[in-house]
Amino acid sequence: MGVLEDKLPDNILFTNVDKFLNWSRKNSLWYMLFATACCGIELMQTGAARYDLDRFGAIFRATPRQSDLMIVAGTITHMMADRVKRLYDQMPSPKYVIAMGSCANTGGPFYKDSYSVLKGVDKVIPVDVYVPGCPPKPEALIEGIMKLQKKIMEEKNLVKK
Amino acid sequence: MEPKKIYGILSEKFGGKIKQFIESTLPPSVLVETGAIADVCRFLKEGDGLDFTSLMCLSGVDLKEQGKMAVVYHLHSMKQKHKITIKVELDRNNPHVQTVEQVWPGANWYEREAYDLLGIVFDGHSDLRRILLPEDWEGHPLRKDYVYPKRYHTWDV
Amino acid sequence: MTKADEKFMQVNMGPQHPSTHGVLRLLVTTDGEVLSGVKPYIGYLHRALEKIAERVTYPQFTPFTDRLDYLASMNCNLAYAMTVEKLLNIEVPRRAQILRVIMAELNRISSHLIAFGSFSSDMGAFTPFLFGIREREFINDLFEIACGARLTYNYIRIGGVSKDIPGGFIEKTREFLDYFPAKIKEYNELLSYNAIFIKRLANIAVISPDDAFDYGITGPNLRASGIKWDLRREEPYLIYNELDFDVPVGKGEMGKTGDAWDRYMMRIYEMEQSAKIVRQCLDLLAPGDYTAKVSKVLKPPAGEVYVRAENPRGELGFYLISDGSTKPYRLKIRAPSFANLSIIPKLARGVMIADLIAIIGSMDIILPEIDR
Ligand code: SF4
Repeated sequence: MGVLEDKLPDNILFTNVDKFLNWSRKNSLWYMLFATACCGIELMQTGAARYDLDRFGAIFRATPRQSDLMIVAGTITHMMADRVKRLYDQMPSPKYVIAMGSCANTGGPFYKDSYSVLKGVDKVIPVDVYVPGCPPKPEALIEGIMKLQKKIMEEKNLVKK
Repeated sequence: MEPKKIYGILSEKFGGKIKQFIESTLPPSVLVETGAIADVCRFLKEGDGLDFTSLMCLSGVDLKEQGKMAVVYHLHSMKQKHKITIKVELDRNNPHVQTVEQVWPGANWYEREAYDLLGIVFDGHSDLRRILLPEDWEGHPLRKDYVYPKRYHTWDV
Repeated sequence: MTKADEKFMQVNMGPQHPSTHGVLRLLVTTDGEVLSGVKPYIGYLHRALEKIAERVTYPQFTPFTDRLDYLASMNCNLAYAMTVEKLLNIEVPRRAQILRVIMAELNRISSHLIAFGSFSSDMGAFTPFLFGIREREFINDLFEIACGARLTYNYIRIGGVSKDIPGGFIEKTREFLDYFPAKIKEYNELLSYNAIFIKRLANIAVISPDDAFDYGITGPNLRASGIKWDLRREEPYLIYNELDFDVPVGKGEMGKTGDAWDRYMMRIYEMEQSAKIVRQCLDLLAPGDYTAKVSKVLKPPAGEVYVRAENPRGELGFYLISDGSTKPYRLKIRAPSFANLSIIPKLARGVMIADLIAIIGSMDIILPEIDR
């Protein structure tokens, strides 16, 4: 946020501004459509009619430049890992990452026997929320998003940490 | 047409280059001498009454105990509704075989895959590069003696 | 780059692109709006399934076939189970066979629904996508009743199915079958016969029968070219020879036979046929065993088989070599999308950039089975 960040004293005005910022961020989590494998289908279904992610202000975007949230849905291979990092770097701050499914968490079913699967996307980018499951049900993903919202609400942007 | 009959036609045409008929596999297979594979395949596609219009599958197999590699072609004819397996065996240390890309263009990618995962070289192939693994990957994973790498780029595997 | 290349522009499409249906990368060479060449780069989802198969036992590999083509997990389970059963010479009880057909056909519908939905959203119409998912949720519920999972079912096992269907499944399925035909009509009114949609697809990327043979194209894409070839008919497995259904073929209703519109429409027709099959199977369902007696440790005799089955995307084949141990010696997966994708460089020469999306969408490829 530039010059003001982390510099102001903790008083009523600034904490309220902070709260307002967090509130607006948490309710406009535009996520990047980044579906690599099976979990991506559940992500799609979560975004569609029945589970309707839109009610959390989460709308999918096709480009990283317009997204605040990257939901890594699916297996990341070694070949893909560099691209994931690049996509993450292209997102504007503040940015968040949800690792959806066992593959993104740890490599999932491919952990032991595969030579080409990255064992957890956190080896290349920082992750805020891990959602387990293979694939996680839409309810689980929604819970993950709500966890992230809670985390965002506790952030301090302007005032000293 | 029965696979046995196809074997008969092939032996008649190519003589000693057709080595063996193996009935136990499904579909039954014909073992062909390595050097003759492209001619045999062309004949299978264009020969009268054979009409093997498409290549269903092309697989490389590592036969480590015998010191060999094999390439297996599963052919199938939609016109005549018959199928057959063709096999060639290669030297494991220096696996080379002619490409069949000119016969079935679809073989292009299958051959690249066999090259990528097993290191089988297809002579005469128009674009023999790795297909599934990154260019800078080392080794051919489907070989039986493949050792998993420890590191790739900047992270542990 | 040579001098002649300089007048062309090279653009990378993917691996992260909403209309590549996953992580496909296309290196596109364009001369203005016209494509002069397309080079697909695959492997971004190479999960080493064939190597994994050599390291796990036969039953342990079934869950991995779920992840092979996750939109049609049941069909992949089925093809794999049939392959191992061929080696072991297992006779599957009749009830299990019927259950398998029901699941496979329901999954075919749900897979085609995604194909329909994502293709329409590629073409710029988002509403049909939501419609497709709406019906898919219905089928997801049915599968959840049967096996507890929404996407990766692991239901069809070697020897039969994992458990019998619980009460209520049949009624629910009938409910779906009654509800579904009206929806197909809705899709047709909304999208299939929409003038703009037809304009974008008719006469685009025509695949001639000879090209289809050359590249080993199978499934709805082959039938769209006017060739009546369906493994369920030509080499009937399970109980398909007792069932009454049509094999729709492309007739060039909106243009040339084998164009993108034909390929799209094949899926709509097939959904109708699949619904018809499921209805017949529900009537045939009689009490019985849901699985054959299969020992815990499977040791097939040494041998080789190549078994194929009709998947929603074409012919899925497993080439399995057994050396008599508990693990496969070699398992080669012949994935339909792999062959279907390999024709793209040929189709996409000299078309407009926007048509490339139509071509990829109409082929209905799926990356995990291409990269394996
Ligand atoms: S966690 Fe499971 S469902 Fe998700 S991408 Fe991995 S294998 Fe597929």
